[in-house]
Amino acid sequence: MNYSYFPGCCHHTSAREYDLSTRLVCKNLGINLTDVPDWSCCGSTAAHSTSRLLALALSARNLALAEETGLDVTAACAACYQRLALARHELSGDGDLMKKVNKITGKKYRGDIKVKSILDVVHESAGDQLETMAVKPLKGLKVACYYGCLLVRPGEISADDPENPRKMDIIMEKLGARTVEWGYKTECCGASLAVSNEDIVIQLVEKIIRNAVLAGANSIVTACPLCHFNLDVRQFKINRNLGTGYRLPVFYFTQLMGVALGLNFADIGVYSHFVNPTKLLRSIG
Amino acid sequence: METVSLNGLMESRDFTDRVCRESGQPAGNCYQCGKCTAGCPLAGTMDIPPNRVMRMVQLGLKDRLLNSQTIWICAFCSTCTVRCPRGLDPARVMESLRIMARREGTALKGRGKKVHIFNDNFLDSVKRFGRMFELGTMVGYNLKCGTPFKDGDTGLIMFLQGKLKFLPEKPREMDEISRIFEEVQRMEAEQK
Repeated sequence: MNYSYFPGCCHHTSAREYDLSTRLVCKNLGINLTDVPDWSCCGSTAAHSTSRLLALALSARNLALAEETGLDVTAACAACYQRLALARHELSGDGDLMKKVNKITGKKYRGDIKVKSILDVVHESAGDQLETMAVKPLKGLKVACYYGCLLVRPGEISADDPENPRKMDIIMEKLGARTVEWGYKTECCGASLAVSNEDIVIQLVEKIIRNAVLAGANSIVTACPLCHFNLDVRQFKINRNLGTGYRLPVFYFTQLMGVALGLNFADIGVYSHFVNPTKLLRSIG
Repeated sequence: METVSLNGLMESRDFTDRVCRESGQPAGNCYQCGKCTAGCPLAGTMDIPPNRVMRMVQLGLKDRLLNSQTIWICAFCSTCTVRCPRGLDPARVMESLRIMARREGTALKGRGKKVHIFNDNFLDSVKRFGRMFELGTMVGYNLKCGTPFKDGDTGLIMFLQGKLKFLPEKPREMDEISRIFEEVQRMEAEQK
């Protein structure tokens, strides 16, 4: 399986371990990722809240560059995935808009390639081989799979069922983990409101973590850098501001896949989380 | 309950039409079931709940909407959108209202102002570097908000985890990025 890969602006910074683990896990699963050449920012929420044309053009430049590789494009970051997939959806359905946006970018995007989230790619390609590939099954892990918003909504670009997504749960179960049933798997964490209005995000995230704990989870698994940052790093602010004592490790799903595949912990960045997962990971098996 | 004056509604038809056109949403189809508000994770912090926003769009209450905090608090999670029994996309309506508020130069305050500063700062980074430079975006935001040390503790955690980069990474063809910003500005000026 070959894909062009859109790393996203956080790939060397806040989401470093997501990028590292995605690349390594894909390599082990026989999924070849080629970086979109000379990629730039997808525009994220800031662009689509400011100008529709700007949002479309920033994504379309990357789509055009990916199209030149002739490969379908995948993104690990849920926000990048949503922007690229929505731009593809809107431009493919409106020839005039496509022409206008191509005029802005100076590129010839045609809408030939598909946009897929890395969750979708891994779920589709890994399929049945996962059970046999798990050299270190995730026994003892009770994970709350948290999908958030951007990966599954709106419906036109949903990488899974928007109300009850299961792809991450299926992967985790195949690797030997137990998944919990809970009602917060698609609840919003507040995303970048964390910077501008942190008090709101603290309330939202506390509810998500509380419900994961109540459902019996000993860890949370995500597929989004914004979700990960809010759930992991902000736990200390929740504890400080609300007097709680949460210490719930939060992983990217690719990191736990890496653990099950027997990859070196440091190579997949499990030590770069705020909530230290070492003790939990030692208990596996 | 607060009373909303409906005087002068005929003059605001134009606003309703514009929101519907720009968002691509036939807002008139909303029948006020309230499902959007019931599922909205942020409704509790909004000054106007999502179903009321839809009603106010139908009534053309431009000033109330463009000056609301709601349109900036909406995180575009689109829970409302996937649940709307009328197939409407309220998140898209909120997005169009944000764009309009900005275009009309609405004076922002409170939470909305902070979101606006964040968005501006983010785009400024993309314009200058082609990619969002995390550290620069955060520091710039803090300076503009007059809170230079906000999230210093978070920054320290990131630094210790090797997640802070002190220099931006750029794509090679920066002129292509500049072109996008210039062309969009030119086209939007022509549309006005």
